[in-house]
Amino acid sequence: MIYWHIFMAFFIPGILGYGGGPSSIPLVQQEVVEHYGWMTNQEFSEMVAAGNALPGPIATKMAGFVGYDQAGILGIIVAVFATVAPSLILMIALLSVLMKYKESPYVKNLTKYIRPIIAVLLLVMTFDFAKDAWLSIGWISTLIIMIGAYLLLEKFKIHPAFVICIALIYGMVSTLF
Amino acid sequence: MKKNEVKSQNKRPNLRLHRDIASAFFRVGMLGFGGGPSAIPLVHQEVVKKYKWMEDDEFSDVVALANTMPGPIGTKLAGYIGYRIAGVAGAINAILVSVVPTIILMIVLLFLLQTNKDIPAVQAMASAVVPVVAVMLGILALDFVKKSGESMGWKKTLIILLLSLIAMSLLNIHPAFVILSVFIIVFAPLVKRRNNK
Repeated sequence: MIYWHIFMAFFIPGILGYGGGPSSIPLVQQEVVEHYGWMTNQEFSEMVAAGNALPGPIATKMAGFVGYDQAGILGIIVAVFATVAPSLILMIALLSVLMKYKESPYVKNLTKYIRPIIAVLLLVMTFDFAKDAWLSIGWISTLIIMIGAYLLLEKFKIHPAFVICIALIYGMVSTLF
Repeated sequence: MKKNEVKSQNKRPNLRLHRDIASAFFRVGMLGFGGGPSAIPLVHQEVVKKYKWMEDDEFSDVVALANTMPGPIGTKLAGYIGYRIAGVAGAINAILVSVVPTIILMIVLLFLLQTNKDIPAVQAMASAVVPVVAVMLGILALDFVKKSGESMGWKKTLIILLLSLIAMSLLNIHPAFVILSVFIIVFAPLVKRRNNK
């Protein structure tokens, strides 16, 4: 049963996440946190942070970790398979059809219309996570880290891994006072 | 007889081909930060420039093709290119080398964190990461909004943003249904036209 749940939890983001792995982040959160309750938002954001600090595709890293956490090695295989296989198999099977339609306005519209939906999901997560942080470390630290992270990431184009390290140091230092 | 000949002829180069696929996609997996889409130039570097498995034209066709399908783009590229140059074994090879090493790193890192959660400093460090992730997701969201605004106009973008916010946050409709309704809206005119013919 757990394998079936794991499969569904990653199959849905895998076949609905248009725009690559990062756009499946909110869809995975929906399944893993909201639906199945395998993780809290705190744990989910640790996972996203680790995923951003490490190289490689993000969707399969999340699938691998959640799969392992829930059901060991077989869980990894099920979760990664559910993430990767359906769209890849469809792509190879429908190759000739897709080749004809890859420039089709309908296909392009699909990605265009789905992007704002993913954006809403991401924005809602942003607020949820900010609220969680506010409740756990207070509004002063939350604001300092958020503004700092925004400036470092967007203005100074510092690598996410370093920004996460800086936040870790901030957290460690804050326990000293 | 002829089959056997072909097989034995291909055996050596096949092994080398698989070794090349493995090293190409291992590099893509280990050097690409920020998820699949940011790895596309790395794949191009390996597949077109280094190993010359494809021409530029074909590569951009493959990227366009991968974009017609949902799901993570990095593994779709790895799987399809692996399949193109070495069949099913090539697809499996390319996906495994680009996915497995980083999954192992991820599990080790997060379990290290979980086993040390009772140390107050570690807990404080973990909490401090949450606002950073909030900002990262926010940046991604704004990036998506900007891209939509530029590609289909701000009016349409705002309408979809508002509608999907109401549907998902107020009415609590599962995102899957919201995305599926987009499929229907986009393809409805196509079906209608076909029926009229």
